[in-house]
Formats: sequence, structure tokens, C-alpha cells
Amino acid sequence: MKPRNKRIIFVLIALLGVGGASAMIGKAMKGNMNYLYPPEDVLTGKVPKGQVFRLGGLVKKGSLQRSKTSMEARFVVTDNRGNEITVVTNKILPDLFQEGKSQVSRGKMNDEGLFVAEEVLAKHDSEYMPKELKEVLAKEHSAPANKTTKMGDK
Amino acid sequence: MIPEIGHFALILALSVAVVQGVFPLWGSFNRKLAWTSMARPAAYAQFFFLVVSFGCLLYAFVTNDFSVLYVASNSNSQMPTIFRVSALWGAHEGSLLLWAMILGGWGAAVAFFSKGIPSVMLARVLSVMGFIGVGFMLFLLMTSNPFERLLRIPLEGRQLNPLLQDFGLAIHPPLLYMGYVGMSVAFSFAMAAMIGGKLDAAWARWARPWTNIAWVCLTFGIALGSWWAYYELGWGGWWFWDPVENASLMPWIVGTALIHSLAVTEKRASFKVWTILLAILAFSLSLLGTFLVRSGVLTSVHSFASDPARGLFILVFLLVVIGSSLVLFSFRAHKLRSTGTFSLVSRESGLLINNVILLVMAATVLLGTLYPLIIDALGSGKISVGPPYFNAIMVPLALVLFSVMGFGFYLRWKKDKLSRVLKKAAFPLVLSLVAAFALPLLLADELNIKTVLGVFASSWIALSSLMWVLSAGRSPFRLPLASWGSVIAHIGMAMTVAGITVVSLYDSEKDVRLEQGQSYELAGYKYTFTGIESIQGKNYKANRATMQVTKDGKPVTTVFPEKRDYGPGAMPMTEAGIDAGFTRDLFVALGEPLGGSAWSFRLYHKPFVRWIWLGGVLMGLGGLLAALDKRYRRVRRRSLKLETGKQPAKEQLKEQTNPELSGASA
Repeated sequence: MKPRNKRIIFVLIALLGVGGASAMIGKAMKGNMNYLYPPEDVLTGKVPKGQVFRLGGLVKKGSLQRSKTSMEARFVVTDNRGNEITVVTNKILPDLFQEGKSQVSRGKMNDEGLFVAEEVLAKHDSEYMPKELKEVLAKEHSAPANKTTKMGDK
Repeated sequence: MIPEIGHFALILALSVAVVQGVFPLWGSFNRKLAWTSMARPAAYAQFFFLVVSFGCLLYAFVTNDFSVLYVASNSNSQMPTIFRVSALWGAHEGSLLLWAMILGGWGAAVAFFSKGIPSVMLARVLSVMGFIGVGFMLFLLMTSNPFERLLRIPLEGRQLNPLLQDFGLAIHPPLLYMGYVGMSVAFSFAMAAMIGGKLDAAWARWARPWTNIAWVCLTFGIALGSWWAYYELGWGGWWFWDPVENASLMPWIVGTALIHSLAVTEKRASFKVWTILLAILAFSLSLLGTFLVRSGVLTSVHSFASDPARGLFILVFLLVVIGSSLVLFSFRAHKLRSTGTFSLVSRESGLLINNVILLVMAATVLLGTLYPLIIDALGSGKISVGPPYFNAIMVPLALVLFSVMGFGFYLRWKKDKLSRVLKKAAFPLVLSLVAAFALPLLLADELNIKTVLGVFASSWIALSSLMWVLSAGRSPFRLPLASWGSVIAHIGMAMTVAGITVVSLYDSEKDVRLEQGQSYELAGYKYTFTGIESIQGKNYKANRATMQVTKDGKPVTTVFPEKRDYGPGAMPMTEAGIDAGFTRDLFVALGEPLGGSAWSFRLYHKPFVRWIWLGGVLMGLGGLLAALDKRYRRVRRRSLKLETGKQPAKEQLKEQTNPELSGASA
């Protein structure tokens, strides 16, 4: 084979590889991104039905209920402005999970308007709230419908 | 007084690094021997001052000197001594000082072990390392001085994040940093080659052992980090595709590509430009890793201390490093013509496929890690890219990579025949195909395409490398160390693949609510919750549950999962109860009290999970063996001899006549 033809073959193989890989990446990317939404966006219908997403907000004080017989736990996620969504989960709640503190859970809405969480995260310590959650909540504070109670978390 | 000495030593180290950067490089152009020969003593001196500086900070930690801000905010007198030591690199400033010291250490090691490298080359390598050191020490002194004093001295320091009070984490960051910084050696060699405009087999032989050692550190560091996450984060995962994990994985993948590409450059004088690019990329990704972890741009379980100003500095530093190296590259790349040619069916082609796949993998990880940042910067929402994305791409790519890998062993350099390779590889190929179908049927009693593929991949890699070393024609014990290293590393890869396959497909997990005396059966094991007690540790209080595990009525083990409370201001910690075994782990994590005598537990049965890390250890050992191969030391001796005008050693000639075997470490 002439060196030139050989080079063409190599380039073709490389292009095919890169092309295939980018197609795969694009497809995988599309199916597996999880957006973070505050309760308000969910209530106003900004989240397509049946989509898996992450629900971010504060755990309403006094809202945590546990089943007497099974692992099931329910709590209310709020933005402190009256937008509330009830979360149901069968998973162990994380160490840092506390009423009045921030949480992010991943899952989807069921037909009864409950958010069924496959995973509940509480990534903060005494003075830290996840940056993305802080921004999502802060955005709502500047919104016109602001009834403003002080944000529960420092 | 001691912290001031440390601060002063750091400034001295910076000054020495400036000298190390400027004069040897200048001298290498002007042919001033006096200037180039400054490189070596400067590297020693820089390392010495950095060690002094590091030692001073260590002293402050061990003696609980809370007048130092960094000590006060990361350590307290209640912690055991070993964790007061590891607290040094538990946060930003200290870990950077560690970074700088390790860089100095690599520089000194290069200066010490590179007796055979021409002085001009050595001067340039050390000069580039000097410049990198200047960047890091400027960063330390300008934005993150660990020796800053407090005016009002607190009586007690702050609690170190309890996650970090663990032996695994005491050694994980230093190892990882050894790997990250080690890539700077490969980078410096690449820069030096470009400055000189010459890249030959000798250069590749100098660069190879250094790249190997850096890769080994990175391998051990990542394996250790994965193991730490498994037992310490408490929830039984061994890889989360967390941005910080990805940051260490990317240089590892590119480093793996670099090791293989260097083999081609050494043996066949090919892939030269490619090798240079990979060296630049590997180090850039190491810097990017540091940037991602330390700048706080990412939401991650790992990003503890963060500050945007520091992120900006690293970003600028990153741009300078990448920019200058690429500019140099664009001026010099044409001089580095590859002379070796090869046909479609050849070991070079095999390694080319290896490199392309590895690079696509690295790009996949990079994209998945940075994509949320880009989307956020564009203001289109807050997203996270989850494990399914990574798995969807990495698994198929890895399968292709592994399929090619087995053939690679049997391919000859330059030109080979497909039929010959197929004949040679037929035995392991058939054997691993049989294993792929037989093992799942025998052990799991089912045939699942994923299991078949996984078992095939791992047995194919393991068998083809084993058969290759056995059929090499001479006694396996007379093979060069590099061949052994290669075989062991690839078998390690096979073990990791096997572990990942089995644990991903056959692990069982359940969150359960158990009252005292109740039990739950999972994967044939019966877990009985027999009691819970309060215990007092050195600097924590804990609830400790007792969980008896039986199988078919016979006791297997008793584990004691704990929930620890490190006092106000600190996170509570879950310490899992783990019964480790070669073929399976039993893993119990304690959740929360659910009222009455009931607690929640997470139970796991994880078959073959240890294989993931054992494979990592084997890979590291293999890399180490390859780096210790006589060939690299002999080069030094030979070039010394050539300088004195003697003949090359006899073994050297012998080796050259058998390229197939000496190419083993590829």
C-alpha cells in the first residue's frame, strides 16, 4: 500500500472513531442530565411530566413523618414562601438531614403530586449550603411575589 | 518563631526556584557550563528549603500552635497525633505546600538519578520544573500563606472535618499529589525536548521511568481514594463519578496513553509529536484537577475549603502553562519528525487505537465534569451529569479497548500479518470465550450479555498477557523486568474489570428498618440486629450497633456499624461495619433511630468488590517493575561509557536483536 493511501485509511479510522464517540456522548448527555428545580418551578408546571429531576429547597420545620412499620419517610420541601412539595422516600436519610436545613433529592413526581425520591442528599455543614441551591433560592427572593421570611439557613 | 522560619524558608525556596528556572536555561543557549551546572545544586537547595518550610508547619501542627491561623482552623488538641499530622494537608494552604514540596522532591530526584543525561538536557528539564515551582510558590505566598499568624490566639483549634480523620485519607492526598506533580516531570522532559528541537530514543528512555513512577503514584492514589470512599463515606459506593474523582481519573487516563505512546517513541521513533502533546495534556489535566478541587467552582462532597481568588490564580497559571507549551509546540513540532513507518497491521497501529480510545475516554470525563459549569455559566439552568452518562460511554469504549488489548501483545512492530496474529492469539481467545459463557452459567446460573462481555474482557486480557509471557521463547525468569511489569499491570487491569463487572451486576442492597432482635435476609445472609450501645471515643461519642450475620444457620461474622458525633459544628459520621473477603464483602451501615428500639440500616452484599482495588495494586506494582527495568539504568551507564569512548555493554546489543520482547512494557 502506498504511504498516502495508508494515511487516508488512518485518518478515516480516526474520524470514524471520533464521530461515533461524539454521537454516543451526545446521546448519553441528552438522557442523563438532571436539572435542579425549586418547588415553585414544579408547581407552576415548568418541569415536564415523568422527568427525573432534582428538587432543591429547605425541609419545612415539623414536617418529617416516619412510618411506624417500614422505612418510608415523608417531609415537605419549601422555599419559605409558601411553595411546598411533599417528598416520599424509602431510603435512609443522610446524616446531615435536618428540618429547617437545605436538601436536594433526586426522583420524579407521581400522579398524586408527591415527589418520590430515589436519593436524598444534604450536603452542608453548619455554615455551608450547596452553591447551586443557594443561587436557586436566592433567585426567588428577588422575584416580585416575595413574601419574605428570612431564609432558614445561614 | 518556628512558623516564621517556615515562611522565610518558603521565600528562599522561591528565590532558588527563580534561579533554577532562569540561569540553566539561559546557559543552555549560551553554552555557559557554569550556568547550566547550576541546575542540579539549585534543585537540591529548592527541595531542602521546601522540606524545612514543610517541617516548620508540621511542627506547628504537632505542637498545637494555634497562633497560626491555618493550624487553628484545621486542627485541635483533642485529635490523635496522626490526624494532627494529616490535618496539614486537609485543607487548601497545607495541601499546596505539600504540592510544592513534592514538586521540589521530584526535581531533586531527577537531578540525582539522571547522571547519564547530557548536562544541557538536564539543565532544561530542571529549568522548566523550576518555573513550575515558581508559579506554585508565588501562589502560596500571595494567596494562601499557611504561616499567617493570629493576633488573638485561640485556646483551642477548630475540629477537622471528621471525614478526613481517617488513615486512608492521611495518605491518599500525598500519593495523589505525587502522581499529579510527577506528570510535571514528563511535561518538563517534553518541553526540554522541544526547546532543543530534538527527540530521540534516548530521550524516550530518560522520560519513561519518570512517567511510569508518576503513573504508579496516581494509580495507587486513585485506588486508595476509591477504597476510602467505600468504607468511610459510609454508603458502600466505590466510584461516584464525582468531579473530584474525575479530576484524578483524567490525568490517569492520559498518563496511561502517554506510557504506551512513549514505548512507540522509544522503540520505533514514531508518535513523537503525539507523545509531546500527551505529556502536555497529562500535566495540564493535573493542574486542572487542582483547579477544580481547590477553586470551589464545583459542587462536590470533596470541595471543602474554597476561594474564588485562588481559583482565578490557578486558572491564569493553567493558561500560562498550556499557552506557553502550545506556542512552543507550534514552533517546534515540525522539527520532531517521526521517522519510523508502520503498516496497518502492526503493534504501532494497535497502540494508536489504544491512544485514540483512551483520549476519547478522557474527553468524555472532561466533558461530563465541565458541562454543568458551562451550562451554568450560560445561564441555562443548574444540572448535574450523573453516573448513567459516564457508564453509557465508558463501558462500550472500554470493551473495544480491552478487545484490542489482547491482540496487542502478539502484534509485531512495524509490519505483521493478521493471520499470524490470529493464530498466535487463538488459544487465549478461545479459552476466554469459553470462560465467558461457562463461568456465568456455573456460578450465577444465568446467561446475561453484560456478564458474558465483562468476563470475556477480563479473562481475555489476563490470559493473553499470561500466554504471551509464557510463550515468549525463553524462561519467564530471564525476561526483562519491563515484560513482567507489563504482564502484571495488565492482569491487574483484568482483575479490576472482573471486580467492576461482578459487583455492578450482582450486588444486593437494601435499606431496612429493624427493631432490636429482628433480622433480615439478603443474598443468602441473615442479618440480626442484636443490640446498640453508646461508646466514647477519643474525640467523639458514638452509637454502636451489633449485627450478627449468619448463613444457613451458621454464624459468619459480627459487625459493629457506628454513627459518630464529633460535637457541635462537625458533621456526624457513619462508620460502616464491613466483613471483607476475597470473593465478597458484607457491608452494614447504621442509619437513624426510627423510634422505639428501631433503627434504619443499609445492608449490602458486594461480591468481588476487593478485586477492584487489588487490581489497582497490581497495576501499580507492574508500573513500578517496568520503571525499575535494567534497560533504563543501562542507558545511563552506556552514555557514560560513550562519553569516555568505550563500547556499549554486551547485553545492550543482545537486547537490540530481540525487539519483540524488549518492547514488552508497551
